[in-house]
Amino acid sequence: MKLESKIPQGSVDTKWTQYKSSVSLVNPANKRSLHVIVVGTGLAGASAAATLAEMGYKVSAFCFQDSPRRAHSIAAQGGINAAKNYQNDGDSVYRLFYDTIKGGDYRAREANVHRLAEVSTNIIDQCVAQGVPFAREYGGTLSNRSFGGTQVQRTFYAAGQTGQQLLLGAYSALERQVGLGNVTMYSRHEMVEVVKIDGKARGIIARDLVSGKLERHFGHAVLLCTGGYGNVFYLSTNAMGSNVTAAWKAHRAGAFFGNPCFTQIHPTCIPVSGHYQSKLTLMSESLRNDGRIWVPKKKDETRQPNDIPEDERDYYLERRYPAFGNLVPRDIASRAAKERCDAGYGVGTTKMAVYLDFKYNMINKYGRTEASKRGIQNPSEDVLLELGKEIAKEKYGNLFDMYKQITAEDPYEVPMKIYPAVHYTMGGLWVDYELQTTVPGLYALGEANFSDHGANRLGASALMQGLADGYFIIPYTLGSYLSKEIHTKPISTDHEAFVEAEKKVSDRINQLMGIQGKRTVESYHRELGLIMWDKCGMARNEKGLKEAIDQIRALRDDFYKNVRIPGSVDEFNPELDKAGRVADFLELGELMCWDALNRNESCGGHFREEYQTEEGEALRDDENFKNVFAWEYKENNQWELHKEELNYENIKIQQRSYK
Amino acid sequence: MNINLKVWRQRNQNSEGRFEEYKVQASPDMSFLEMFDVLNEQLIEDGKDPVAFDHDCREGICGMCSMVINGRPHGPKQGVTTCQLHMRSFSEGDTIVVEPWRANAFPVIKDLSVNRGAFDRIIASGGYVSVNTGNAVDANSILIPKEVADEAFEAATCIGCGACVSACKNASAMLFVGAKVTQLSMLPQGQPERQARVVAMVNQMDAEGFGACTNTGACAAECPKQIPLSVIANLNREYYKAKLNGK
Amino acid sequence: MGVLSFLFSSSLGRKLVMAVTGIALIAFLLVHCLINAMVLLNDGGQTFNEAARFMAENPFIRISEILLFVGFLLHIAQGLYLTFDNRKRRAAKYTGNPGNANSKWYSRSMGFLGTIILIFLVLHLKHFWVVSRFHAPHALGEITYANGDTMENLFLEMASVFTNPIAVVIYVLGCFSLAYHLLHGFSSAFQTFGVNHKSYTPIIASVGAAFSIIVPLIFAIIPVVMHFGIIK
Repeated sequence: MKLESKIPQGSVDTKWTQYKSSVSLVNPANKRSLHVIVVGTGLAGASAAATLAEMGYKVSAFCFQDSPRRAHSIAAQGGINAAKNYQNDGDSVYRLFYDTIKGGDYRAREANVHRLAEVSTNIIDQCVAQGVPFAREYGGTLSNRSFGGTQVQRTFYAAGQTGQQLLLGAYSALERQVGLGNVTMYSRHEMVEVVKIDGKARGIIARDLVSGKLERHFGHAVLLCTGGYGNVFYLSTNAMGSNVTAAWKAHRAGAFFGNPCFTQIHPTCIPVSGHYQSKLTLMSESLRNDGRIWVPKKKDETRQPNDIPEDERDYYLERRYPAFGNLVPRDIASRAAKERCDAGYGVGTTKMAVYLDFKYNMINKYGRTEASKRGIQNPSEDVLLELGKEIAKEKYGNLFDMYKQITAEDPYEVPMKIYPAVHYTMGGLWVDYELQTTVPGLYALGEANFSDHGANRLGASALMQGLADGYFIIPYTLGSYLSKEIHTKPISTDHEAFVEAEKKVSDRINQLMGIQGKRTVESYHRELGLIMWDKCGMARNEKGLKEAIDQIRALRDDFYKNVRIPGSVDEFNPELDKAGRVADFLELGELMCWDALNRNESCGGHFREEYQTEEGEALRDDENFKNVFAWEYKENNQWELHKEELNYENIKIQQRSYK
Repeated sequence: MNINLKVWRQRNQNSEGRFEEYKVQASPDMSFLEMFDVLNEQLIEDGKDPVAFDHDCREGICGMCSMVINGRPHGPKQGVTTCQLHMRSFSEGDTIVVEPWRANAFPVIKDLSVNRGAFDRIIASGGYVSVNTGNAVDANSILIPKEVADEAFEAATCIGCGACVSACKNASAMLFVGAKVTQLSMLPQGQPERQARVVAMVNQMDAEGFGACTNTGACAAECPKQIPLSVIANLNREYYKAKLNGK
Repeated sequence: MGVLSFLFSSSLGRKLVMAVTGIALIAFLLVHCLINAMVLLNDGGQTFNEAARFMAENPFIRISEILLFVGFLLHIAQGLYLTFDNRKRRAAKYTGNPGNANSKWYSRSMGFLGTIILIFLVLHLKHFWVVSRFHAPHALGEITYANGDTMENLFLEMASVFTNPIAVVIYVLGCFSLAYHLLHGFSSAFQTFGVNHKSYTPIIASVGAAFSIIVPLIFAIIPVVMHFGIIK
């Protein structure tokens, strides 16, 4: 099978406009008889479901949480990018496009990314119209801040809860359509199979997590907006329930998986505190606007951070990357932290942490401004610090409180201790320009697709992409498919394809329940996570990846012999839900290792130790790997690799430099 | 640290529930939910049914976790959700009573899990601005004073967990409804539907079986996002204005 | 009814009834308290009796009295309805006890405090209001003061009721309940009206607290001082 990216002709800045004006439309009367299934209700899913329903399609939406408002988009903290240039600092659609391609280490499609940059401005308009309370200046205009990997201020935010506010906006639009009867909402439902008829996606099998019953749902098209799979690492900043199951079922049903090994390790997370740890908590990248990252210059430093004098501190990001300093992209900041800790300069009890220190900017940036605002002459350092703390509280209050809650240390007084953690997956289901997977009628949006972020996502771009896909892209591109489906009558869920799919699911569940071994699902998940983190995490090498593949296979075999799932099938049974998800992670983990093993270069978040510059930076191989890896599932965890070549016509490829 | 737990166990919505007692070894740096993870692993290894409880993001924002700990939703600390409550807030040998949210409008699904669908239906009845995708004007053409934006934001931080309902002796949902009504009635975008919205939301709230507010203030005291009680004053005012206008 | 039907059908409407009638009752309490305070002038009840006569004869006051009655009935009926209805909204009770960690005991006990006040009120009406309105004319006995004015001697009736120590205890308990009922009720009414203001809301809270202590205190002092003959 040949990969068709369906990128429209023409110059990059006219492709989307051209596409929109020439794509086939579905007339309003026909929309009413077309049924769309949307799985997942995060930013991508909620915005897509609401918008499609507004247009007149009949929509069924599914989420595994108890309410669509709980999707993990809600936890995004820092902000959302848009090329509004409200700050008059030289931003433009081209710059956002350029920064995103470069930030992704030249492994994303130009046409998609340009489209993303184009619609970014519409997103802000739409959200404001919904009543999303973005931060504002005294004059009443919107406020912006900077994020990593850019030199302009284009990030819109609502304190440290931007994801929450954007999701609640999309959720309210979705609930409005539920109230109007245009969307049927199925919460506490998990999609467990794609139903294909004549090669096209025609519905799903969903499991009602409360009753345990399997349900058949027909749709003329199926949209997967099910987020990322960072939880394959067990410990990540993802929610406990975030999973790959829907995407993995789609993959096994024929959808290619793109760049599975591209994982984003976020540099600023609260370090692991013990073996019982169930998840990691992110401290927003926005903190790097004002926090300076450092480690002691001396190994095995025993002094408290505030007692270490300035000249004995190593501000290693400012030292290595003077142009971007603490605001280098995430992959670079993470690797630099790992490098210092591996070299023995780490801090904290585990020595696997670095300091994120706000004191300097509280005094010099905020304290001084505030002092001159209030007309305080020659303020002492203590006065400046107190004034600075007030401003820090306004900007980051909720994050500082959260940090204190978790660690019992007060970041207003002592530097935060942070360490990188798994945060986002750039990989995902391979999609073409229209967001369609390799299965006709099956689409993937948001983090679930292999995305516009290449090998590394810039901060504040995930919210942008999720909403772009849902509000502004799928409403057009879906029409291209559905306009050819207007004659397809709703297919009865008694159709044999539905019956077979349901049987497949119930066999799988019965198999899991029948094992009745000794080990908990959790213990398998934890073990898988350790393998992935050690061998397919921040740094990878051929030997480790090969070992990982063997280990994962052995673990998977053991899982099917020895796992113990309590309770029964026909009741509310969170352990059974988890078992299904871990079973899929055990397959995905192997594929990620294969992907990493085959990509013999370093790029973005994918760092192969064999391929680095003398200075320890990622060494790309554009000759051989300027492409997307798209994996086709064959029987019994065998895969075939396909490649989509990436062409750069508007951006000159060069070594990424933030020095 | 050794902790004694008294946990509400209930098979499903229609069955009788009862308390069961457990002993758990916890560490002070664990979150309350991680302590439950340890308990559940123990139970599964012993061949017993683990305790069902709702949780997802574990960073205090999704609003899914919902435990009443010693009679207080989200436990003894102010301004945190159950997932952010750490065992260092308890002492060696403590006996902790853990129950689900209790309100007729939130039926128990199993053990500590409840159904909060009523909140979604209240939002669906009017908790939105009716603006279809594509209809928006340029974001900066709507100027909003910083103080107004900040106050609207404060109300908008509600995570819909239902602690307010569970804390209220009347199982009233007015803090939840008041927060959304406050946010949208303050902002210029919310003006066209201002009166219809509050009436529809209050009608739906009543229909769901929540009680009437008697201003005890327990909701705001237990709210993990510290939504102030004044949002209920706003709700009252908005509602009376709308009703006296014949909405 | 039409536009006002929400006062008896919606949760917020019922609340409004409680607040409006509550404020009316607070106004009544203020007047009642001012008149009672005249007892403390210790002039053999002359000023007090004169005020009582004014109240009994002024047609405006008599009409207000009817409104006051309606207010009382609405406040009581709506209050009882809300108390019992609200109680049903949580069929299963908690085992863990939060104590007063999240709210004041009296704000949770308005129904109970109100019921005590209601019982007190029945007794109180029987003692004074029924005697002065419905008994044969001049059943209380008349008094003629030095200036030649003759009037009913309500003061004497008070003195005779408060010779009974049980009555004094009941009156003092009634005032306690009233104080706590007001402590919540006063500011709660304004919260219900939707008053939410940076500077006014705290002022209302302080005025409410002062009112809730001073007014019941004056009410409670009278039976005590009369019982012990400090005021004659």
